[in-house]
Amino acid sequence: MDSSAWGLLLQGAWTTAWISAVSIALGVVLGLIIALIRLARLPFIHQLLGTYISMARATPLVTLVLFIFLSGPTFGINLDRNVAAIMALTLNTTAFNAEIWRSAFNNFSNDQREAAMAVGMTPWTYFRRIMLPQTVITSLPNLVNEMSFLVKGSPAIAVIGIVDLTRVTNRISAVTYDPLPPILAAALLYMAIIGFLVWGQRIAERKANRLAM
Amino acid sequence: MSNWEILWSSRDVFWQGFGNTVTIFVISAIAAFLLGSLLVFMMEGARPRLKKPLRIFIDGMRMLPFLILAYLFYYGLPSLEIRLSAWQAGVSALILYHGAYFAEILRGSRVTLSSGQEEAATALGFSRPSMFIRIILPQLVLRTRGVMGNQLIILLKDTAFLVIITVRELTAAANSLSSTYFIPMEAFIVVIGFYWAISLMLEQSIRLLGRLGEKRGFSNA
Repeated sequence: MDSSAWGLLLQGAWTTAWISAVSIALGVVLGLIIALIRLARLPFIHQLLGTYISMARATPLVTLVLFIFLSGPTFGINLDRNVAAIMALTLNTTAFNAEIWRSAFNNFSNDQREAAMAVGMTPWTYFRRIMLPQTVITSLPNLVNEMSFLVKGSPAIAVIGIVDLTRVTNRISAVTYDPLPPILAAALLYMAIIGFLVWGQRIAERKANRLAM
Repeated sequence: MSNWEILWSSRDVFWQGFGNTVTIFVISAIAAFLLGSLLVFMMEGARPRLKKPLRIFIDGMRMLPFLILAYLFYYGLPSLEIRLSAWQAGVSALILYHGAYFAEILRGSRVTLSSGQEEAATALGFSRPSMFIRIILPQLVLRTRGVMGNQLIILLKDTAFLVIITVRELTAAANSLSSTYFIPMEAFIVVIGFYWAISLMLEQSIRLLGRLGEKRGFSNA
């Protein structure tokens, strides 16, 4: 493997990294919003979102990516590959994040709510000042864990022709006729990305334990 | 003919894909569970020589995407003169990858098991392998059933990756139908329904296993 092969690999790693990062950012926020809506238990929407979460958690990423990318044109929308990939990853990770947020909200102690009501806080102030900061810290380890799952699932976007860190190994071996070194190098780069996330998760866990709730 | 009628007339393709996915899933789930149990067994004992290399193997697997391993088996191994068919490469990658995860799940529960039982079993003359199979493993399985169920669903979803290394499974069936008749939406909706059904069935059987566990006094898991 020469320097141009490494350059291609790094490009692939960059593609994987930015698509995953955008989906993670969207997924965490959307997950929070869905968890909040489900918390309100609106009659019809609650079941609808529950079905979405159950389905999205059961659908393989590859299937979801293909579904979105191929059926986009039937609705008359021509999706860009990257947009389709981000949509699929986001739909998938949002469902998992929504469950993480929801369990954090459900496990939140009721005493604090009563105390906040007693000192005259409105529900919104209570949520903004007391509930949210604590649930962010308690659910952070699980959220980071889900992020590393997303990175591990991200090779699925290769199926619609995005040259990510997995797919790029094919490109390199098409030139060098030796697929083993680029695959191993890609494995190393993945380990670096996911190792970084695991390290972040450990720090988040330490922070969460210090809060000790 | 409407799109759904086209799909109905080509239901054989779906059944074949479904059959393949289920076969791959069942074979690799059973083999991965056995591999995971074997790994946990090899990592315990008084002075296990294998502990460190196995630890590195398990941690390595946990930091890799599944598809990279499948690529390694399908595209990488031929450079070492080992040629596997797509099916063999896919199934062996699934077994190795998820075996490591099963081992990690079982090990996590193994360290919380009290040592009194082991001492009692040794006193009664159990050999180490038979103690592991008859006393430790059943408890670990009942305790970890929830996490185990999640892992099985992840395993099911990972079978879809095999479409990329040209295995003819469920997603591949939808993909080929959608490109033949140009009805992507309907074809994939059917396939997503199949995956959903399998996952719901898995969840249900885990719940039944939970009831069995409660009967035997493992309500805490």
